[in-house]
Amino acid sequence: MPEVYHTVSSSVVCCAFNSDRSQLALCPNNEEVHIYVKKGASWSLSKVLKEHTEIINGIDWASESDKIVTCSSDRNAYVWKREGNDWKPTLVLLRMNRAATCVKWSPDENKFAVGCGAKLVSICYFEKENDWWVSKHIKKQINSTVLSVDWHPNNILLATGSCDFKCRIFSAYIKEIESKPSPTSWGSKMNFGACMHEFSNSGGGWVHSVSFSFDGKKVAWVGHDSSISVVDSERDNILLTVKSTYLPFASCTWISSNSIVSVGHDCVPYLFSIDGAGNLTFRDALDKKEKKQSENVFSALNKFRDLDRLGSTKSDRSNTSLNSIHQNAIKGVAIARGTKKDCAVFSTFGMDGKIIDWDLKSLEQSIAGLKIA
Amino acid sequence: MSKNTLSAQFRRVDVDALDENNFNDADADSSTPVGPDISAATRNKAEALKTVLQNPPLANSKDVKDQVFTAVLKVLTSHRSSDIEKSIQGLSQQEIDTLVKYIYRGFAEAKDSSCATLLAWHEKATAAGGLGSIVRVLTSLKTV
Repeated sequence: MPEVYHTVSSSVVCCAFNSDRSQLALCPNNEEVHIYVKKGASWSLSKVLKEHTEIINGIDWASESDKIVTCSSDRNAYVWKREGNDWKPTLVLLRMNRAATCVKWSPDENKFAVGCGAKLVSICYFEKENDWWVSKHIKKQINSTVLSVDWHPNNILLATGSCDFKCRIFSAYIKEIESKPSPTSWGSKMNFGACMHEFSNSGGGWVHSVSFSFDGKKVAWVGHDSSISVVDSERDNILLTVKSTYLPFASCTWISSNSIVSVGHDCVPYLFSIDGAGNLTFRDALDKKEKKQSENVFSALNKFRDLDRLGSTKSDRSNTSLNSIHQNAIKGVAIARGTKKDCAVFSTFGMDGKIIDWDLKSLEQSIAGLKIA
Repeated sequence: MSKNTLSAQFRRVDVDALDENNFNDADADSSTPVGPDISAATRNKAEALKTVLQNPPLANSKDVKDQVFTAVLKVLTSHRSSDIEKSIQGLSQQEIDTLVKYIYRGFAEAKDSSCATLLAWHEKATAAGGLGSIVRVLTSLKTV
């Protein structure tokens, strides 16, 4: 069953775990980063990192090199390095004049990408000679705020989702620090900043989240029109879209070579898969909204008060909680154990301050007819 | 100083139009600018509904839109309330999204006679299309 991992008193804007999930960095809806450490079964606050001056929009924890990168509405990014018991920040000059909205380490952890409101993506890498993070901008064709980024496993290509209703694939090849990339299914000419592909989220809707599949051959994104789309580079880039009947999605990730979990304003994770015929289909809600037993004691006073205030006797006002485990919009989903090919546990965090782990094995057992492949 | 500095003409120039980086939402996606074949509407109400919801005039002028909207409204109001559910069952997801767009346009330009009917349609249409279809009315750039 889903396990509520950790609960904080404010909403979680963004969060990231370290490699063995013994530590957790999250932003509690302000300009601070809180580092929690697991002690036994409970989590305790170990450090508060204060350097940003406005709300933090993105956190990513590099699992191998154990560095944290944060970006914020104050237009800055910091790389935090562990020094003994402390974290030492290094300012990264992003050279942008709008808020930074999202950040992600590349798979090799030698660079990271920051999306922002200034219609550009900043690719930052470390320059040894100057002991300094430098940034290069990708600007081509981006017409609005970049809301999300995701790296291709080859450490070169970058998918972006933005407010101009487009998902794009760019090359983020930095010739100063990398050897020439080999061709991929998305194209072979990879100069820095080249837009390899552009896909429209048909019918409008900001692209809130993008995700490359494990092998990097497919890309999925979710839009504010409650739709989820997939493009497969090995099948002539056909666009597969499902316009769902739910509230808009905020985040998505691949959990197997054919399945995607998407979360959002409906407070419930949903499973989508590419079926045998190659169509994208809605599979199931992973949190069955079971009616909770109300503990309301019937009273004549309540009955008439409800009739007066709400025009109905049916409502039980004492029970304002939702039937789902998350009690407010889910902000993000990430893989907790496993990889994008064979995910065992994924975790979600949301505006209700809950961080929840979802074990796919036990979900398969508890939901009849669910098989994740 | 020259006389030109007194001129206020330059203040009326739409500078946004001259900015080549200026981004216009409406240009973002292209769809075919055709309307439904209204004359093909038949006596069968379910079929009539399906017909008027074909090829919504998303990129057309206001005149065409008004014309189609009047036709849709006519089909909607001519349904008996017991027939609504049956007609909706025959619609695809896309057609339901279009129908909900028309219902919201109906709410925006409400007349006394149409509101009750539209509310009945709204209930049944969103039962089939979910909250997603309402969200798509809000996010869609192309209005009907």
